[in-house]
Amino acid sequence: MTPLSLSACTLVSAIGSNADETLAALRLRHGGLRPCDFPDIELDTWIGRVTGVEREPVPEDLSAYACRNNRLAAMALRAGGFAERIAEAAARYGRHRIAVIVGTSTSGILESEQAYRRRDQATGALPADFHYQTVHNTFSVADFTRRFLSLTGPATAISTACSSSAKAFASASRMIDAGFCDAAVVGGVDTLCGTTLYGFQALQLLSARPCRPADSGRDGISIGEAAGFALLETASDSDTAIRLIGYGESADAHHMSSPHPEGTGARLAMQQALSRGRLPAAAVDHVLMHGTGTQANDAAEDRAIAALFGQRPSCSSIKGWTGHTLGAAGIVNAIIAALSLEAGFLPGTLETRQVDPRLQCRILLHNREVTTGHMLCNSFGFGGNNAALLFRR
Amino acid sequence: MNIHVTGIGVSAPGLADWPATRAVLRGEVVYVHSDWRAGSRSPLIGPERRRATAVTSLALEAAMEAAGPDRAQWDIPSVFASSGGEVDVCDRIFAQLAQPERAVSPTQFHNSVHNAASGYWSIAAGSHRPATSIACFDDSFAAGLVEAAALLAVEPGELLLVAYDQPPPFPIAPFRPLSGPFAVGLRLTSNAATAPALASLQIGYVEARSALPASMSMVPLEAMRAGNPAARSLPLLAAIACEQPALIHLNCAGPGLLRVAVSAKPWNAANSDA
Repeated sequence: MTPLSLSACTLVSAIGSNADETLAALRLRHGGLRPCDFPDIELDTWIGRVTGVEREPVPEDLSAYACRNNRLAAMALRAGGFAERIAEAAARYGRHRIAVIVGTSTSGILESEQAYRRRDQATGALPADFHYQTVHNTFSVADFTRRFLSLTGPATAISTACSSSAKAFASASRMIDAGFCDAAVVGGVDTLCGTTLYGFQALQLLSARPCRPADSGRDGISIGEAAGFALLETASDSDTAIRLIGYGESADAHHMSSPHPEGTGARLAMQQALSRGRLPAAAVDHVLMHGTGTQANDAAEDRAIAALFGQRPSCSSIKGWTGHTLGAAGIVNAIIAALSLEAGFLPGTLETRQVDPRLQCRILLHNREVTTGHMLCNSFGFGGNNAALLFRR
Repeated sequence: MNIHVTGIGVSAPGLADWPATRAVLRGEVVYVHSDWRAGSRSPLIGPERRRATAVTSLALEAAMEAAGPDRAQWDIPSVFASSGGEVDVCDRIFAQLAQPERAVSPTQFHNSVHNAASGYWSIAAGSHRPATSIACFDDSFAAGLVEAAALLAVEPGELLLVAYDQPPPFPIAPFRPLSGPFAVGLRLTSNAATAPALASLQIGYVEARSALPASMSMVPLEAMRAGNPAARSLPLLAAIACEQPALIHLNCAGPGLLRVAVSAKPWNAANSDA
C-alpha cells in the first residue's frame, strides 16, 4: 500500500473536546468515565459521556440530520480547525476527489428509541418528526459529514460493529490506491443509546465500575461515545505527519459475539498489517490494544499478541480513559496513537491496578516517553470482525 | 478498472435464483410475483441457522448461490452492502426498550449489528478472509461495487459481493417504504483467466450527472428496482442475462454517478448450480 499521512485529525471523547484536550488528559492521566447519568438509562455502570453534545448545533441546512450522533460528529468537525483544513484540501484536490468513509454502529438510533416511546397510543404509529433516512439509517453520519464538509467524492458508511472505523482507514487506502479518489476523510462516530447499553447488559458484559483492561479483576466494559476524523493523503518525503503504513482485516469465523479463544482472527489481522507495512514484528514498539476489559476479549487478544510479538512491544488500552466507544473505537485508537507518537510518549492503561498474571504480553500501566516508533492499533467487533492499523512516526 | 463476474445469486419474490431471474430478464418467462420467504437454502447449520434473522437468510441465499456449490471455494474476501441491515431486530429492540422491563435478549443484540449477515456468512464459509459491511442508503449496491473493485485492484484475486435489503416492519415502514425483499450476490475476480466469466465490468466515477441512472423497461421489475436498494443491480443483471454490451449508470451518494461498462459473455450452463 502507499503510505498515507494523517495530515489533519480531530477527536471528541469523554476525555476532551479536541486534540489538545485529549493529549493533555492522556499526559495528566485524567480519565473521562463517570457513573451512568444518561437520561432514561437505569443501569449500574460507568459511561464515557461527552458533555454538551445535546446543545451542539447542526448547520441550518442540515437540520433534518439533527440527532445525538450527528451533533457529536459536528463537534468533532468544528474542533481544532479540522473543517478549514478539509476546505484547503478540497481546493487542492477538487471536492469530488476526496472520499468520505465513516464507521458507525449506532448511527442515530437513540432518536429511534425515543420515537418508539412516543408512538400513537391508538395506531402505534411513530411521531411525524421521526427521520428515517437522515437520522436512523446507518449511512446518515457519512452523508452528514460529506454535506458538512461540502465534499462530493465517494461517500460510504462502514458498519462492522466495533471494528467499523478502523476499517474506514483500510477502505480509504484502497480507494486512493485504486484511483477512485486522491485523498479521504475517514471517521468514526458512535453515541450512547439504550440499544448498546441494555444490549451489553443482556450479554452480562457491562462492568459496574470503570472498566479495568487486562486487570486480574476485570469484569466488563464501560461504554463511551466519541467522534473522530482524519484526513488521509499520500505521504510525501517532506511531510512529518504520522503515517499509516499498514492495515489488516480478518474474520474469526467462530461466533457472533464471542472472540475466537486463541485470537486467531486477531493474529491474522495484525500479521497482515505488518506484511502490508513491510515491517518485521520485532520493529513494533507498542500495541494499542482493543483491550475492552472483558475476561474473554482481553485473554484472546493477549494470546494473539503474544503469539506474534512475544513480550517485545509494550501494550496498553485506552478504554479506561474513554470507555469502549464501539464503532468509533478504531479511530479513537488511531488518533490517540497519532497524537501520542507525535508528542513522544506511549499512553499507559488507566484504572488497571493489578495486571492479570495469566496474560503473557507486556502491559504498560504508566505512560512512557519515546522518541520514535511504530504503533499497532487493534479493533475487534461482533461478527468476529477484526482490523489492525500500523502507524509510523 | 476491470473486474469479472464468475457467479451470480439472486433471491427475491418471483426471482428464486439466477437461472429463474435470467429467464425473466431475457423475456423468456413472464415475471410472476410469489409470496415467498428466505431461509430454505441456508448455508448455516446448528445454532447459527436457528439464530439468523430473515434478512440474514435472504442475504446468505444469494451469497451461497453466487459463491458456487463447492464450499471449499467459499474462502474468499466478502463485501456485504445493505441500506437497512437488520431492521427487524432493531424494531423489536426499540419496542422492548419502550417497555419498563427493557428485556433485550443477548441473541437479539448481537443480531442487531449491520454486519450480522457478513458475520454469519464468514461462519458458514469458515473463512478468516477480510469481511466488510457497508451502507450507502439507496446507493448501497453501487457503493458495494466500488468497495469490491477497490479491493480487487489492490489485492488481485476473488471476492464475494452481496447486496440485500428487506422492507422494514411497521411502524418504520411508512417512513421507509420498500417494495419487497431482494438480495443479489456476485462472485468477482480480478483475473478473467481463473474462471469462466459471465461478464466483464469496467467501473469508474463520472462526476457530473451526464447520464440518467439505469432503469428497467418491464414494469414489475422497474417497481422492484426502484423499491429496493439491492435491486438497483437489476439493470446490470439484465445486461448480463441478455448477453449484450451495455453502459449502466448508478447513483452513488452525491452528484457523481458510477459508470459500469458491461461486456457480457455467452452463458455457460455449467456456471449454474441449478
